[in-house]
Amino acid sequence: MLRIEDVTKGFGGLIAVNDITLRLNDTGITGLIGPNGSGKTTLFHMITGFYNVDQGRIYFGDKLISQLPPHAISRTGLVRTFQQTRVLPFMSTLDNLLSAAPNQAGERLSSVFFRPAVVRLEENKNKERAREILDLVSLAHMSDQLAGMLSFGQQKLLEIGRVLMARPKMILLDEPTAGINPTLIRQLVEIIRGLKERGIQIFLIEHNMPLVAEICEKIFVMDSGSLIFSGIPSEARENTRVIEAYLGREDRAA
Amino acid sequence: MDYLLHILIVALIYSIFAVSLNLELGYAGLYNFGQVAFFGIGAYTSALLSLAGLPVSFAMACGMVAAGVAGGLLAIPALRLTGDFFGIATLVFAEMVRLFFLNERWLTKGPMGLPAIPRPFWIGEGIAGLPMFLIFCTLLTLLVVLTVRRLATTPFGRALKVVREDEYVAQALGKNVLSLKIRAVILGSVLAGMAGSLWAHYITYISPSDFTLNETILVLLCVVLGGKGTNWGPILGAFVIMFFQESLRFLPIPVDFGRLVAPLQGMIYGLVLILIMLKRPEGIISEYRGSPLC
Repeated sequence: MLRIEDVTKGFGGLIAVNDITLRLNDTGITGLIGPNGSGKTTLFHMITGFYNVDQGRIYFGDKLISQLPPHAISRTGLVRTFQQTRVLPFMSTLDNLLSAAPNQAGERLSSVFFRPAVVRLEENKNKERAREILDLVSLAHMSDQLAGMLSFGQQKLLEIGRVLMARPKMILLDEPTAGINPTLIRQLVEIIRGLKERGIQIFLIEHNMPLVAEICEKIFVMDSGSLIFSGIPSEARENTRVIEAYLGREDRAA
Repeated sequence: MDYLLHILIVALIYSIFAVSLNLELGYAGLYNFGQVAFFGIGAYTSALLSLAGLPVSFAMACGMVAAGVAGGLLAIPALRLTGDFFGIATLVFAEMVRLFFLNERWLTKGPMGLPAIPRPFWIGEGIAGLPMFLIFCTLLTLLVVLTVRRLATTPFGRALKVVREDEYVAQALGKNVLSLKIRAVILGSVLAGMAGSLWAHYITYISPSDFTLNETILVLLCVVLGGKGTNWGPILGAFVIMFFQESLRFLPIPVDFGRLVAPLQGMIYGLVLILIMLKRPEGIISEYRGSPLC
């Protein structure tokens, strides 16, 4: 479904992502791991259009997306979250979700003025769906609160809910469990698995290895901008290059 | 009595002007420091066309269209700049427009200004026309407020707020940020053009010195004092400022010090702006109704 072909990105002299080729078919949950600075988030930024690719192509489905602006990529059903939680702090929790509803007639001025009934109907449907999602992420009681007042963990949940509201085909999660407590991690895992059940593909960056081993069917490992491993999680633990990337190489010369 | 009508009319015209800026500043988070340019373009277009003999209502409509077109022409390149630079671009644009009014004498008569701008024929001349003009302005203000409220309460307004809050999130959620901002600026410019053309036909005389940075600051103060991002805040702000401004005339200031009033006003406005920023940044009416976040 997602095809990345020979993608490279440099910042000045630093090559952040070096000639990466990978393919996500219909795997439910795929992980992307690697030490800090290995280029994972840069790759995510390129997939979602926030960075231009220097070389290479990215396809989503049959569509070439590597030249599209971020909003156009999002509209193809490939939606992301950010590493730093980014709720819309001065908007209500409900509005945070509603603003993610895709392709709203009410965002076109012609509809706002000349087809108010259509806009109202659409808005009611979206509100209903937003309430369902709020239930799913246990935030129903917070729907009228400003999102900036939610706790950090709740904001993480809201972000997942917001992505879901966008009716994605694939979700890119950048470190969904960073900085949250174990109970909430369990809840998040359940939600992510639920998404998979609904047929939504998940591609996630994660540092929590036991979690990756638990939920991911397939993983990719990056180190210093290059792809060094792809396969099932249990094999990665045996792989010398992966071990070296995380623990360092034994220095035989010494 | 006539004096009161005059203050009310000016306050209503400034209300429309403030609502137009609020659409950009309050909802879309665009720091437009050149809103007076569109007020001026609306005023000059409408004045020139009506002086050429066209019906006033048609001239006013043209003034709004001209302001909207100018808004689009500015927005399309300027909005590719980020935050602060957009503010500077608008500031410079307003100065360019003022210099155009000042120097293109063949069209605008330069610093002489345009006298004897007609009013709509059904309103009546001079003081006799004040009540009708007040009704006219009230109706237009209501129309503008309802229109902007419609915009603000529909998904379009919500999308503008998403852009204001976090452009990256807006993009990640599939919002075309540039297009939303351009539409906000065009709408805001059209409304500013309406306020400007009302001004021209009410005062019946305009000159380039009516469209300076001072007017931009005044309208900015109306929005910020009243409460940006709210429906009624800018209108409340416009009334407070206009009545304050006029009340200064009644202070027992000796004739010799009369020349100090204008600079004093400017100093007080500056002080008020600073105090608002320090003590109540959300303005008199708050968008967030008593939230502890503020």
